[in-house]
Amino acid sequence: MFAEAEATHAVGWFLEHAWLIPVIPAVAFFLIIFFGKKMPRGGSEIGIAAMFASFVIAAGTTYQWTQWTHHSEEAIDKTLTWWSSGPLKFAIGQHIDGLAVMALVLVAFISTLVQIYSTEYVRGDRRYTHFFASLTLFSAGMLTMVLAPNMVQFVLGWEIMGLCSFMLIGHWWEEEANARAALKAFFTVRTGDMGLLVGTAMLLAVFGTLDIGGEHGINAMAAAGEFDSKSMLMWTAIALFIAAIGKSGQFPLHTWLPDAMAGPTPVSSLLHSSTMVVAGVFLVARIYPVFHIGLDINVAGHHFNFIAVIGGITILIAAGLAFVQNDIKKVLAYSTVSQLGYMMMGLGVGAWMPAVFHIFTHAFFKCCLFLCAGSIAHTGSHHSFDMKTDMGGLRKKMPVTFVTWVISTAALCGVPFFSGFFSKDEIIDSAHANDYTVFWIVGLIGAFMTTAYMTRATYLTFFGKARGGAAHFVDGHEDHSHDEAADEVHHDIDGHDTHAHPAHDDHHAPLNHGKPLPFAPDDSPWQITAPLILLSFLALVSGYLNAAPFHWHSFEHWLESSIGLPLGEGGIPEPPTFEWVNALPSVVLVLAGFAVSLFLSKKVFFNDEKSPFKGLTERNALLGAGHKFLVNKYYLDALYEGVIVKAIAHPIAKAAYWVNQNVLDGVVNGVGITGRRTGEWMYRNVDQRVVDGVVNGSGATARGAGGALQPVQSGKVSMYGALLFGAAAVGALVLVLVNS
Amino acid sequence: MHDVLQNQQWLLSLGVFLPLAGVLVMLFIPKSDESTVKGVAILTAAATLLVGIYTMTQFDYGKAGSLQFFTTNNWITPIKATYTIGLDGISLPLYVLSMIITLLVMIYSWDHVPSPGNPKAFFILMLVLQTGMAGTFVAQDLILFFVFFEVVLLPMYFMIGVWGGENRQYASLKFFLYTMFGSALMLVSFIALFVVTRSHAADPEAANFSFKWFLENGADVSKNTAIWIFAGMFIGFAVKVPMFPFHTWLPDAHTQAPTQGSVILAAILLKLGTYGFVRIAIPFLPQAATKWAPVIGILAVIGIIYGALGCLAQTDMKRLIAFSSVAHMGFVMLGIATLTPLGINAALFGMVAHGLITGMLFFIAGSVKERYHTLEIKRLSGLLQQVPKLGWILGMCAMASLGLPGLAGFWGEFPAILSSWNPLHGEGLPYGGLSLSLFRWLTVIAALGTVLAAGYLLWLYQRTAFGNPTAEFAGLGADGDHGHDAHGHDAHGADAHGDDAHGEGGHELLHDVNKFEWIAWTPLLIAIVVFGVLPQLMFKLFDPGVVELVKVFGGK
Repeated sequence: MFAEAEATHAVGWFLEHAWLIPVIPAVAFFLIIFFGKKMPRGGSEIGIAAMFASFVIAAGTTYQWTQWTHHSEEAIDKTLTWWSSGPLKFAIGQHIDGLAVMALVLVAFISTLVQIYSTEYVRGDRRYTHFFASLTLFSAGMLTMVLAPNMVQFVLGWEIMGLCSFMLIGHWWEEEANARAALKAFFTVRTGDMGLLVGTAMLLAVFGTLDIGGEHGINAMAAAGEFDSKSMLMWTAIALFIAAIGKSGQFPLHTWLPDAMAGPTPVSSLLHSSTMVVAGVFLVARIYPVFHIGLDINVAGHHFNFIAVIGGITILIAAGLAFVQNDIKKVLAYSTVSQLGYMMMGLGVGAWMPAVFHIFTHAFFKCCLFLCAGSIAHTGSHHSFDMKTDMGGLRKKMPVTFVTWVISTAALCGVPFFSGFFSKDEIIDSAHANDYTVFWIVGLIGAFMTTAYMTRATYLTFFGKARGGAAHFVDGHEDHSHDEAADEVHHDIDGHDTHAHPAHDDHHAPLNHGKPLPFAPDDSPWQITAPLILLSFLALVSGYLNAAPFHWHSFEHWLESSIGLPLGEGGIPEPPTFEWVNALPSVVLVLAGFAVSLFLSKKVFFNDEKSPFKGLTERNALLGAGHKFLVNKYYLDALYEGVIVKAIAHPIAKAAYWVNQNVLDGVVNGVGITGRRTGEWMYRNVDQRVVDGVVNGSGATARGAGGALQPVQSGKVSMYGALLFGAAAVGALVLVLVNS
Repeated sequence: MHDVLQNQQWLLSLGVFLPLAGVLVMLFIPKSDESTVKGVAILTAAATLLVGIYTMTQFDYGKAGSLQFFTTNNWITPIKATYTIGLDGISLPLYVLSMIITLLVMIYSWDHVPSPGNPKAFFILMLVLQTGMAGTFVAQDLILFFVFFEVVLLPMYFMIGVWGGENRQYASLKFFLYTMFGSALMLVSFIALFVVTRSHAADPEAANFSFKWFLENGADVSKNTAIWIFAGMFIGFAVKVPMFPFHTWLPDAHTQAPTQGSVILAAILLKLGTYGFVRIAIPFLPQAATKWAPVIGILAVIGIIYGALGCLAQTDMKRLIAFSSVAHMGFVMLGIATLTPLGINAALFGMVAHGLITGMLFFIAGSVKERYHTLEIKRLSGLLQQVPKLGWILGMCAMASLGLPGLAGFWGEFPAILSSWNPLHGEGLPYGGLSLSLFRWLTVIAALGTVLAAGYLLWLYQRTAFGNPTAEFAGLGADGDHGHDAHGHDAHGADAHGDDAHGEGGHELLHDVNKFEWIAWTPLLIAIVVFGVLPQLMFKLFDPGVVELVKVFGGK
């Protein structure tokens, strides 16, 4: 396939060498681990250089891919045999097509920015070098996954990310909460990974191969119907979808994501924008024919795809939770879950292109929002993420952070002409056009909710009166006399994120790296603001790569061949033609969400003590119950940890162990004791006369050897041994007689 | 397997018996001259490993499916036992692994001779063990195999019984008797198989105990007889593996054994059982293997879940690692039970990987015990602060053990799952296929085992390595403070940072990984990464032999 293509068109250098993109950071990981400590900047320079090199190659690959698609739809495969068994061969290498290229450039770009940002954010951290090592390996994992030519390499990248998320979320493991969050993230994802392992085994059974692309790859065979049974394909898709749910934090395995906020903010940013949580969506997009055909469910003559159901539920559930969070990062975390729900729903309703485009645009604005939150905590709010106690009124003090936040928020909410509008609206529009009416409504409600909770968060953070940590910041530079506060903060600048923990972590030793107090009258330093500006710029413009209202479809053209299914009859539906009339409901709802939320925020928070809305949840039982239900995250965590882990797994483990010690081992010990008694009896009555010679012979040998060392029971052992050998000989005789 | 390469026939015998020559020399060295004793022993082990490496260089990798360095001689003529040895791609990694492990364990023992001392006896036992292990992997005659198989028993018995923990008497006796019980049944089967095949053969005079004879004639045994004979072998090997429900000797033996004993036990001795299945039970009696495979598969999967649950209930780090062996060997047996090339390749890879990883975990447990004088999980906390390098190595090994791709453990687990979803099945197989639905259920349950593995290993890691040290050990960190300075967490530089602290702060301070530990561990750690990244290094070796071996079942 590749050879033919080469005959007609020259393939660019970058396209042929795209495999370098993950290899560079992977090598850099080892360099940082072994030499990072000795470098002047603690290894961060290696990480940044590697990510930047990856980005340059990814950019070159992207350019050449846009050229390549003028005359060919062929993917560019380059592989080596990784392992083989009998007739099965599994390759490692690259499978470069539109989807892979999009993800490569996205991941490399965002990783580079996040690393630059981190040099300031975690400056002076006690595990600075390890932080960059993990960050680099993390990116390498995601990059390995996106250009995987087969499922085995896909699993490799997928699991490496799992490991790194464990390392990064638990970066400050001295505190038990962080260690627990890391464990929870890894464990929940790992539970989903069960589906990935089994699903991959099922793919092998269904298609006889694990290659993704090519004429005899999974996608082509699934699309052409070259499989034995539809139900088997369905189970395969279900198994794999469980993995996607776990990784992408979809309902009901979304509970680990907010806890994962325990990690440093740059990590959250990377995890939630272009890596890790996107992996699940990416899996569905990558082998889309399997999911599109496999999970197509026919109920009473009406076809619908199961993926849409999970996506739809997730949109609403997560958005609901975002309303009751006081931690700004948790608002964003639930927002990510909800947006991933949009992507899943898009894939479910057959809108592959808009869903993938939403991956693309979402990465920029969500990364930017998280970095803004980090910027606030780093500079403005005394390392706290609690919007209610430590923020407020920051818009004037942190203008860059404020403006970039607002732009990204607008993009997230889907305000027209911001990037999120072009991607999200097309998902909603497709749901409508493809007869998923319920999900169309879900999408619209989701848009309303998104705007509402983001307005609330924006209001709490940037408007109103400065409180707590932010108040120090705001007042600090006006009268330079807040020594007490300054001291306290200076104590804390080892980059530690605190999440509304009332007790500050005073056990951390102060670090002196000659840095001025972070209460400079300006915004955060350039390492932080530069990424913010770049990302918010992209949050503004990236949507125009695929702007349906203007009939700009470059993105679509570049990625079309990755769907694996034809557009139109026998494949997935054509994207709907854009009409402003169809976009109207969502635009109206976004505005409504903004207005309602602003009104409520003003009423509920701070300004007006007499407001009828203030403390409403305490006064109204029904609302109070609803609030409590949300605050407790629908009690899913309680179900998993309290019921499944504590009430089921632990007792089962204990019971199994009891059985082991008392039943199985009891049998062994019983046999031993009986054996010894029998032996004693035998020894007295039979042994002395019958097998005397044998016993003495072997016993003497063993005793000789044993005696040289230490007189431990050797006599007894040799006696048992001799008896057993005797029994063996008799047994053999019996067996032969019986069977011949 | 039918053509053999009779080149350098002396080579394998040299590799197997060289350690005994070392033992002979050591017998003449006075017990009090400890460093000479240790030196000679380590030199012997190193020389043995050199022979092993030379063997690797002489091995014809293009013919990895054939026996090489093959030699056959009359041995005990009256009972038709022959001295037949040879090495193919299946044996080679295990053969060399046994040499590497022995050498590394000896290096580790240089300053870690467990109480009550007496390094002379201790090192002699390890050399004898080495002969037994290496011999088992090259034997091509059932009686010879059996002898080597049993030779390992006694040294291990003494290692546990003399140098073991508090409950060593019970553990060592249990280990010895249990294994002996299995061996006895195995011997019954060997003899029965010989008798039966001879009675069926056209030329009974040609009958002997060489593997070749059984490979050619074993399939003629009637199915019912074969099933019975297989049963004996099954118990013999299953005890050794150990498979559920024959595993109860293992936690006791491991917990009580000195570190060196645990490492050798985990790394090599357990593999004798699985190797026996692959090399003897299954190819000799294919007609019984297809009948027994579901039983093996079911017990394997029970072992996976059961072992994992056992781990979750443990309060002692070493015992937890011991139970995890039950779970991991379950994956190996599941692979074997599929009777497919993929499954058996996975099993062989799993054997080596488990040897490397669990061997390392036991090393770490030994070092933790040496420093803290306890392995109780509750009392250990904050290893990463006090002994950061040790903590990081523990983390890496835990990750490898739970099957993270990129590290060796994955390649035993993942292909086993792939293969058990697709076991031997189809039309017109000479000995019938396996039940698809049964094995697919087993696959799903086995996959659950990977989740549990993540559970118990991370749980162990979280409680021992993360957090702050418990009050009783606080202030004893390798850096002399609470590990809070920015440089206290360098896991990877090989500078002996711990030694300095030790020198400055007196004996109470905990020291980080020391020189001997680094020498002993580094090769294992490198191997875990290298085989994880380049699995083909190993698969390429196994594959031809395995394909040859399962051809008899007629599967793909």
